[in-house]
Amino acid sequence: MSNTNSLKMDKPVPASLLDSGSQGIIGRPLDRKEGPLKVTGQATYSAEYQIPNLAYGYLVGTKFGRGKVTNVDADSVRAIPGVIDVVTDFKTFLQNSQQGGETSAPTQGVQDVHYFGEIVAIVLAESYEAARDAGIRIKVEYEEAEGRFDFEAHKDETTKPPPNNIPAHFKQGDVEKAMADAATSVDVTYTTPSQNSSAMEPHASIAVWDEDGALTLYGSYQMPTSDKTQLAKSLGVKDKKVRIIAPYIGGGFGSKLGIAPESVAAAVAAKQLGRPVKAVMTRPQVFETTVRRSNTEQRVRFSVDGEGKLTGVGHETLTSNLPGEGFFEPTGIGTHFAYSGENRLINHDLVELDWLLSGSMRAPGEAVGMMATEAALDELCHKLGVDPIDFWKQNEPSEDPEEKIPFSTRQLVRCLEEGAESFGWSKRNATPGQVRDGEWMIGMGVAAAVRTNMLMESSAKVAIDANGRATVSSAMTDIGTGSYTILGQIAGELLGLPLDQVSVVLGDTDLPDAAGSGGSWGAGSSGSAVYLACEMLREKLAKAMGCDPETLTLKDGQAIADNRQVSLGSLVGDGIEAIGSIAPGKMEKDRKQSSYGAHFVEVGVNATTGEVRVRRMLGVFAAGRILNAKTARSQCLGGMTFGIGAALTEDLVHDPRNGKLVNHDLGEYHVPVNADVPQIEVHFLEERDQFANPIHAKGIGELGISGCGAAIGNAVFNATGIRVRDYPITVDKLLDQLPPV
Amino acid sequence: MHFTINGTAYTAEPDIRTSLLDLLREHLGLTGSKKGCDHGQCGACTVLVNGRRINSCLSLAVMHQDDEITTIEGLGTPEDLHPLQAAFVKHDGYQCGYCTPGQICSAVGMLDEVKKGWPSHVSETLGDVEFNDGEISERMSGNLCRCAAYPNIVDAIRDVAEAKA
Repeated sequence: MSNTNSLKMDKPVPASLLDSGSQGIIGRPLDRKEGPLKVTGQATYSAEYQIPNLAYGYLVGTKFGRGKVTNVDADSVRAIPGVIDVVTDFKTFLQNSQQGGETSAPTQGVQDVHYFGEIVAIVLAESYEAARDAGIRIKVEYEEAEGRFDFEAHKDETTKPPPNNIPAHFKQGDVEKAMADAATSVDVTYTTPSQNSSAMEPHASIAVWDEDGALTLYGSYQMPTSDKTQLAKSLGVKDKKVRIIAPYIGGGFGSKLGIAPESVAAAVAAKQLGRPVKAVMTRPQVFETTVRRSNTEQRVRFSVDGEGKLTGVGHETLTSNLPGEGFFEPTGIGTHFAYSGENRLINHDLVELDWLLSGSMRAPGEAVGMMATEAALDELCHKLGVDPIDFWKQNEPSEDPEEKIPFSTRQLVRCLEEGAESFGWSKRNATPGQVRDGEWMIGMGVAAAVRTNMLMESSAKVAIDANGRATVSSAMTDIGTGSYTILGQIAGELLGLPLDQVSVVLGDTDLPDAAGSGGSWGAGSSGSAVYLACEMLREKLAKAMGCDPETLTLKDGQAIADNRQVSLGSLVGDGIEAIGSIAPGKMEKDRKQSSYGAHFVEVGVNATTGEVRVRRMLGVFAAGRILNAKTARSQCLGGMTFGIGAALTEDLVHDPRNGKLVNHDLGEYHVPVNADVPQIEVHFLEERDQFANPIHAKGIGELGISGCGAAIGNAVFNATGIRVRDYPITVDKLLDQLPPV
Repeated sequence: MHFTINGTAYTAEPDIRTSLLDLLREHLGLTGSKKGCDHGQCGACTVLVNGRRINSCLSLAVMHQDDEITTIEGLGTPEDLHPLQAAFVKHDGYQCGYCTPGQICSAVGMLDEVKKGWPSHVSETLGDVEFNDGEISERMSGNLCRCAAYPNIVDAIRDVAEAKA
């Protein structure tokens, strides 16, 4: 008999066992399982493994943006005490990081240099200090070539990229005609700059080869299952010869979805040297050589008829990437279903530039797409003299406006209504520039949030041992998302165990293949795998009890049926185990699945300096079942704070002469600090999504950022009457329009 | 040279280029202190030297003759948490956990600064500093958290400060 319980989501799962569990831990705001390790410094991150005979690697990047390396002069640094060697492999080293989930090698080859900072060599030494010294001093000879470093100069030369998770171009009806016939319309262009994920832990790899030619890589990666394949293909070894270990990951936000150049450099160097090698990126290298979110230029059009009904939606975007890299920032991904209107045009075109790779950063698409659409919608409402919440009520689509399929759930209007009530939205003065608090101009803004829900193939093993304890194991990761805790809660709920009786082991490719963390699919996918494994274990336990699974009650380590109570440990003999495996199916096509929310923001804009301060912020979200109210809230706080950064401070600047990132560190690329963030409030609406997966939960990690920046911009407009269409909204863009002091 | 880390006496002859952070992480196996930027920009490396919080990445190891250094490992253990460590767990004052040791060491140093009456940028007066959420946020703004647990960090520190008061 197979020991695997597989489910393809071809049908809804109307009844989830999580709603009939007796343990009562699912959804509760329990502390993180690994919390005590993290707060005491005992959680081990990638660069922290104590490996004997370790050599230190320092990555060498180019100081030019386009051209060819003619020589890496190892002799120039060999005499430095402690230096072992300089390794380069022009064919094998990674030119670019890989995108998330790909099962091919990323673009390799570094003799031809395609962007400033490309990693072309690694210096090896007995100490970090010696490696760094040599890495800074090494002579790299090169021939520089002309490059394309200026977006503005090349933005008329576009290419149509291949489909991403949406097609690059989409057309329905006739937006031009809808605009021409409109009673009221807006036609505005918003821009967003390149952004950096800025996870607190820099990318780091320790590569260790054994005598059999197998590689163990201690890395900081969000999706170890596919990262392993990417790494194996890059190195030309078999999949099974590579193991990635990543139990703790110091944040990712997209930047660690695919493998980055340090992994292959460390692996090649370790092989050549015959010693383990550690390669940790410096913070500027993280900025220069991993991945950025593309800058965007977005033309947004909305048209309404005389009744105030949306008739047309246009969303045309320019994004940038390296030549040959097809990824485009899918700004229109939410536009496809968020807004009604029969006439629709949603296009994405690429501008090829010699800037570092662009790829996924938290909520690729919605994060910056909705900063444009939800601000444009606010412009439309202002023009119409209609409250944005009333506009949504009138224009809320009853089905997907393109695919004409039902929404699995959609509580967007309820999020807006509940948020309006809690936030005191009715106190907003819709006329801008009317409210003052001393030297501060006060304004309120609102925006909707949508984030597409995804399910990915994922597996997990759950075992119950002779002591009645359960262990969940999977190659899933916890990048701060709460995986350890929610997977433990799912298993505990279904097996009748308190959370401390469930161990969760993650982040190791020797464990069952898993979805990893990205695209907000982690909890739904890996949680469903745990659910399915537990479902099978419940059947085994019922069989051992001699009862139907439906009549079995599991609680506090006891199995209860037919007036009998037996401890789990005594029921399982030497132990039992099962594997759960989930895969997406027809439900993806039959129902439009998304999480929804509403952002409410109050800002103060200093009338003299133009400084913008976020004073209050509320997010109301509906994302299916909330698996842990504490960790889910934290995910939303994090997303909303990314929204503050995107709206007000984050701006990755490319030098138009050579593509160099002018602000390649945390002192110059401004992520929000504690003082920038008020005591944000987060509310969740009760919801179950039976079409999403058997645990009825949807993605939440990216919902908080979606739309958030627009709510801030809309609040700035309400405070000042100034509409800044070029994010971030910095003082220089407000100063000359502020009223006289 | 001699120094004390978490109450234990050490003798070492570090490379003159070795930062205090690299001494801890790479030479003594104390990896609780984190390297986020190596530029003094993120605060993940914060430790206490003679009771004061510093960015250990901006300080050379050889500058610490006879100093008493406290790292996250010296504040508490998973079995016996420091009150701030327990409060961070209770309030979810972290997510990925990478900035967390620095946040907690920084909070220990910060509360001591407040106790001594040191004002901050947001203090209304130079003496008798009123302790409130604004003071916590301001004084903790040298410690970046990209997961953005800031509101929870403020809750955790306020809890501990109020319990002490």
